[in-house]
Amino acid sequence: MYDIAIIGAGIAGSYIARELTRYKLDIVLLDGENDVGNQITMANSAIVHAGFDASATKLKGKFNAPGNIMYEKVCDDLDVPFKRCGSLVVAHDEYEMATIHDLYQNGLKNGVPGLQILFKNAVHAMEPNLNKAICGALYAPTAGIVSPFELCIHAAENAVDNGVTLKTNHLVSDIKNHHGHFEIITNGENVKAKYVINAAGLYADDIYAMVGKPYFKLRARKGHYFIFDKEAGALVNSVIFPCPSKKGKGILVAPTVHGNLLIGPDAEPVSDKSDLATTGERLDYIKENALKNCPDLPFNKIIRSYAGLRNTPVRDTFTTTDGDFIIEESPVRGFINVAGYESPGLSSIPVVARYVVESIVKPMIPNIEENHNYNPKVRKHLRFDEMTDAEKVEIIKADPKYGKVICRCETITEGEIIDVIHRNAGARSVKAVKKRTRAGMGRCQGGFCSPRVVEILARELNVRLDDIMYDQQDSAYILSGHTKSVKEEA
Amino acid sequence: MIYDVVILGGGPAGLAAAVEAKNAGAENVLILERDRELGGILNQCIHNGFGLHTFNEELTGPEYAERYIDQVIALNIPYLLNTMVLDLHDNGALKSIHMINEENGYLIIEARAVILTMGCRERTSGAIGIPGYRPSGVFTAGTAQRFINMEGYLPGKEVVILGSGDIGLIMARRMTLEGAHVQAVCELMPYSNGLVRNIVQCLDDYNIPLKLSHTITFIHGKDRLEGVTIAKVDEKLKVIPKTEEFIPCDTLLLSVGLIPENEITRNAGIVIDNRTNGAIVGELRQTSMPGVFACGNVVHVHDLVDFVSEEAVLAGKGAVNYINGDLASEITFTTSNGDGIGYVVPQQVAIKNVADKVTFYMRVRQVFQDQVVNAYIGDQLIATKKEPKLLPAEMINFNITKDVLAQYPAGEIRFVVEEAR
Repeated sequence: MYDIAIIGAGIAGSYIARELTRYKLDIVLLDGENDVGNQITMANSAIVHAGFDASATKLKGKFNAPGNIMYEKVCDDLDVPFKRCGSLVVAHDEYEMATIHDLYQNGLKNGVPGLQILFKNAVHAMEPNLNKAICGALYAPTAGIVSPFELCIHAAENAVDNGVTLKTNHLVSDIKNHHGHFEIITNGENVKAKYVINAAGLYADDIYAMVGKPYFKLRARKGHYFIFDKEAGALVNSVIFPCPSKKGKGILVAPTVHGNLLIGPDAEPVSDKSDLATTGERLDYIKENALKNCPDLPFNKIIRSYAGLRNTPVRDTFTTTDGDFIIEESPVRGFINVAGYESPGLSSIPVVARYVVESIVKPMIPNIEENHNYNPKVRKHLRFDEMTDAEKVEIIKADPKYGKVICRCETITEGEIIDVIHRNAGARSVKAVKKRTRAGMGRCQGGFCSPRVVEILARELNVRLDDIMYDQQDSAYILSGHTKSVKEEA
Repeated sequence: MIYDVVILGGGPAGLAAAVEAKNAGAENVLILERDRELGGILNQCIHNGFGLHTFNEELTGPEYAERYIDQVIALNIPYLLNTMVLDLHDNGALKSIHMINEENGYLIIEARAVILTMGCRERTSGAIGIPGYRPSGVFTAGTAQRFINMEGYLPGKEVVILGSGDIGLIMARRMTLEGAHVQAVCELMPYSNGLVRNIVQCLDDYNIPLKLSHTITFIHGKDRLEGVTIAKVDEKLKVIPKTEEFIPCDTLLLSVGLIPENEITRNAGIVIDNRTNGAIVGELRQTSMPGVFACGNVVHVHDLVDFVSEEAVLAGKGAVNYINGDLASEITFTTSNGDGIGYVVPQQVAIKNVADKVTFYMRVRQVFQDQVVNAYIGDQLIATKKEPKLLPAEMINFNITKDVLAQYPAGEIRFVVEEAR
């Protein structure tokens, strides 16, 4: 019997699991996928928002700015790339400037530091590649960019380092409330726990419906993105948002922590929560809107397009939304919902996790003891490409596998790939290696390195080449068996 | 140790350049190869048809590579395998090359001349942005070729191929022979991007339909590919409504173009031609950085390896002339592509370095019937190249003799597709 079961190993579940290890608790982290951070955490804008958008009366407004300020420490402990590059919300006319002023005032209420309203010349001095028609902007120096899936993976790894049991490929199909403990039925092992934290992303409403009368519904909204080659990475220095409208934050243009350029997302309601298909019309819409602020976007330098889903909460009446996070002990005793966790969820997570643990879990559990062995730091990743020449010399001497480049585009060595396979919450698939090391994320998109990565995974996990999956266990296979000539030889 | 000539890449271009440099008198030649053996992409090209021009016989890829590897070994040219070059720096008279491998660690070596022969990579599904899901089962043709020919595994059983580049055509046959079923090859353009002989030998002989003016409009399947929707396109390459057709398949191979791999070239500050995506080169394949040469698919994508070898000989000669102080640097001619021509290599010519002729390599932008390629300097027609048919898939070799060029002091050589006069 576990003390706490967390359903969903996305950014919310993984980070809360890690935060809970500050106490002596028996924790299990469950996910239906073959890897942690594989759904919403995998495909989003990767932005640590400053916190001026949401109303101060909402949890979003309350948690965003303080969460943002914790990012240096968090990313240092978890060894995740983070850059406080600042953001600009740009205005094209006086009406939009009025919105900029409103956002500025709201930002002050939310405690966002350093906000400035910039006029035309200052904007173009800061970002020379923007549309010359832009007449002003709200500058938020605290906004940043991060690698969201690395943050999630490293949080999960650190959680396991500190004693959490991680069970991937455990898709929850039912939960039995035995009033005193819960029994969680999965397609892997079943799990018993005294308390449950529901951080199941898009499916948190379905999970809650297994134990209680539904009081919120999650609507999936799809957003399309483009990633550009690193050659285009320097087009903007900071995150460029259009002026927000009723439709949302609009199409942003942002650098990524790894030096690429990202544009997106639109917001299209979809009924199927696994509908990650891109469509030509929506991709064109992204292009057109991104061009309004950045007219020089080099579309011949696109290396990937994809879609991600948000989980927008619709509370109580099922028709209206108050658009806020649902973070509370639910009407079912001992069952905590962390639901509707959409933007600015990534930015808020350091504070939200603390809030869940200190203000919700701790009061529920009598005699909770502190874990004095808690270590907030993950073992450092040795990123060959970021090393100095002297460090490169040393690392290859220490481990020659760092002298063998597997991914040419991103200069990722075999040593790095072997490392992420054998860490806690380690990589089991080609996509998991890609998320952790960037092997396959470059301009050739794995054309050269994927056969090598398959080989390394098979060797390190001691399985056959055709046992290695691209992503989901069993269904996302890469190879369908031996060729006819190999079979005939055998 | 200071090398005379260091060659970045042990594929067909690198091997031929090394052999030529050594034969022309360079003493210390070194080949750096990132893969585990010499031969480059030829190692996975186990079909035949290589070497008709060079050796007058039909060799497989590995056999063609072996001819050059044998010469490299006979000439005692050293090479390092599993070695990745990280950077190339220009220190004036010497170039320094930073590289790593497992045995030697981090190495910096110096060279009087460098030849870039890194080859090319395939355009990906990401770059062409096909709508739909992003499942497993979508491969570039070359990746599938590696899995099948090098690892002995099939990437799938029911196959659709997008793009009729040569690797796609070769893989249609290869997958069929290895037990898969290839349903169709779809080509966006109204003509094939592969060699005619490959269409006959790889598609027609196996009854694999080539669907010209077709593209893929949707990728189905959340985990593994489950099918593709194909559709017909009009002359503006726009999808014609109501022509969509669903083809169930577990594998999609892409053969939608090759891109020279010039990361090292760009980082070194060498000038790139945005038409070829390769370095701007001269008649002996000299680049904008004195002492650095480039040849093969890293300069422009060739359709036959024989011409890669031919180009590598020029670069090998050029490198040796350079270290001997015999390479003229005054550019006499530049080249330009007029109507109908996509690109021309070399982009510049120093006439003093030309022995008897210059071979200009070029591609046309579309299919032309009953037309010729004319070369002009100013208004003056200086040479004509006649072909029965001009195809974008087939590189044109246009020879102009030194005697003809020498009649002009300098200028721009403009190549144009037009009616025969």
